[in-house]
Amino acid sequence: MRVNRLAVAAVAILAAALSTACSGGSEEPSAGAASQSAAAAGPVKLTYWTWVPNMDKIVAVWNQAHPDIQVTVSKQAGGDDAAAKFLTAAKAGNPPDLVQAEYQMLPSFVAADAVADIKAETAQVKGEFGEGIWSLVTLGTDAVYGVPQDSGPMMLYYRKDLFDKYGIKVPKTWDEYAEAARTVHKKNPKVFLGTFSSKDPGWFAGLAQQAGAQWWSISGDAWKVAVNDEPTKKVASYWGGLVKEGVIDGMPYFTPEWNKALNDGTLLTWPSAVWGPGVLSSNAPKAKGKWAIAPLPQWNAGENYSGFWGGSSTAVAAKSPNKAAAAKFAIWLNTDPQALKLLIDEGAIYPASVKGAALMTKAPDYFSNQPDFWQQAAAIGATARGFTFGPDVNVTYNAYKDAFDKAVAAKSDFTAAVQSMQDATVADMQKSGFSLAQ
Amino acid sequence: MRSPTKGARAGRAGAVPYLFLAPAMALFALFMALPIGYTCYLSLRRIKVSGLGLGKGARKEVFAGLANYAAAIGDGELWAGWLRVLGYGALVLTLMLGLALVFALMLDATHVRLARFTRISIFLPYAVPGVAATLMWGFLYLPSLSPFGDHRFLGADLVTFSMANVAIWGGTGFNMLVLYTNLRAVPREYYEAAKIDGASELAIALRIKIPLLVPSIILTTVFSVIATIQVFTEPTTLRPLTNTISSTWSPLMKVYRDAFVTGDLYSAAATSMVIAAISLVLSFGFLRIVKNHAFGEGR
Repeated sequence: MRVNRLAVAAVAILAAALSTACSGGSEEPSAGAASQSAAAAGPVKLTYWTWVPNMDKIVAVWNQAHPDIQVTVSKQAGGDDAAAKFLTAAKAGNPPDLVQAEYQMLPSFVAADAVADIKAETAQVKGEFGEGIWSLVTLGTDAVYGVPQDSGPMMLYYRKDLFDKYGIKVPKTWDEYAEAARTVHKKNPKVFLGTFSSKDPGWFAGLAQQAGAQWWSISGDAWKVAVNDEPTKKVASYWGGLVKEGVIDGMPYFTPEWNKALNDGTLLTWPSAVWGPGVLSSNAPKAKGKWAIAPLPQWNAGENYSGFWGGSSTAVAAKSPNKAAAAKFAIWLNTDPQALKLLIDEGAIYPASVKGAALMTKAPDYFSNQPDFWQQAAAIGATARGFTFGPDVNVTYNAYKDAFDKAVAAKSDFTAAVQSMQDATVADMQKSGFSLAQ
Repeated sequence: MRSPTKGARAGRAGAVPYLFLAPAMALFALFMALPIGYTCYLSLRRIKVSGLGLGKGARKEVFAGLANYAAAIGDGELWAGWLRVLGYGALVLTLMLGLALVFALMLDATHVRLARFTRISIFLPYAVPGVAATLMWGFLYLPSLSPFGDHRFLGADLVTFSMANVAIWGGTGFNMLVLYTNLRAVPREYYEAAKIDGASELAIALRIKIPLLVPSIILTTVFSVIATIQVFTEPTTLRPLTNTISSTWSPLMKVYRDAFVTGDLYSAAATSMVIAAISLVLSFGFLRIVKNHAFGEGR
């Protein structure tokens, strides 16, 4: 019975479909032609790969105001996976028109000929960004490969309430940080001042930048690779010593275990970037109002430096058929006051544009206990120094994970891990044929 | 009358088999031969960068000969990966298939209560997607979240066992069902005859059921060997949670890393060809060894 009814329904649907198809073909040729010509003159359609939260809401504002350029957001997982996906799509010939490109990945994108030079389109907005940030999208060349979106100057997030409880002061130098780590762990063996994450090469790169490292540089027509330079080795042996001593934990960031430690007060600090509040509010909701920020501890008393962890630009794919429209959107998104406000409020982003700082007035909800959060962040941001990223950061970062995984598990020499990052990076560049300076 | 019709019929018969074959051949060509051929082509190429490698035309694809194969075969990490997978596979194969066989025999025994419920509950983990299962176990393994106390399940000495456990948990039910279904197909008269001869349940299991099951056991073994060689989901999903699993823990993870993390599609292609060759040798080698047991009876 049921089968019969289903069959009847199927036949009816089929018949209906056929008849409409026929009528569409025979009776309305003019309508078909009209829609075709409308498509040719219709709005430019752009796709945009990003992992900024609520970007669809921000794009909706653009789409409303620009009926001729319609942008569709495709939400990405973020990080290394997103970069790999974009490179693969570019190689396969169907990349999105616009892509969120982390600064350290941009050289890889450029080397793979996956992003377009938008120098002409961006000439009038160059002044909206600081020189340090701008150099991250030019790679020190004459070209411009993206519009800076946000930056990630690093600072120290700490549990204010527990610092009081354990009687420690906010460390001004890394020596004081080490001393505090010993004190805390002695008072309560379950509690750690911090943890060394072998899964976050970007974090380690930021700490190395603070110490003055220059992993890559261009001399003439050749790359110079110095992942194992003295500042980096200093940072590595400092953390390696504390992990070996057992006063700094070795669990990676962004794991369920880490979330738990952030929440329950067994982890007291997180040297992180300005985008930290978003992570803390979603991963450690219970600890709201208990965290505060301070500048990173310094290597020498009296110094005032920071590094960058993360930060991205909006790049236009080299294979996009609508580069001009895509560049127009990228510029709007990252320099228009309305867009910047949306990026701050909806996307929880710290804009790279100098206009952005003025728009950040109200402290993030999670840090309502620290009303001057953004003023402090801006002061810290001004002290951050970065370095040039090379064309195979992905290889270096992967080597970081493998080498430091082993070093943390075995509590062995961290400078050896740095050396294997250097070796992997150089070997890969040699294999591909890059010119290397000694 | 005879000769023309015969010719026509023969001609028609000649075309018809090809017509029937066409869909399969087209699908095979499109989805097997073509990708394999392309992988083979890629494995013989490489990227040649000049100067800084920035800007247009700085990067060219050139013929590499067998260099990628030499690098793949000469890479110690690949063979270390094979060793790790061998240890993991030995655990998974023996425990998973052993358990599957025991469960199948127990369910097939004459007096079983709750057989249906037990069967479904053993099979159920197979219905859980690999990533979800691994994440669930991963959470259970983490010391601070684990209900099993403060053991380092993902530490260097236990991590292989922890990973094998996920595979065994997920795969036992499927293999049990294959074996159990085959057991149900055995005519009950065999058992009656054995009972009349005075055989116990255990003797029936050992002397009748297991010998009859040998072809199915071989089949499930071959499937499991292939699945083990391709192990990827469990270690990849657990990797962010621990620092004991490297990006090249298993051979397939190395292919993934080369292709999508470090962006060297050409090395990845060569390594996949090597892996394909090894798994062909392993699975056909195993089949050859046991061929007489499995399929020789019919002849």
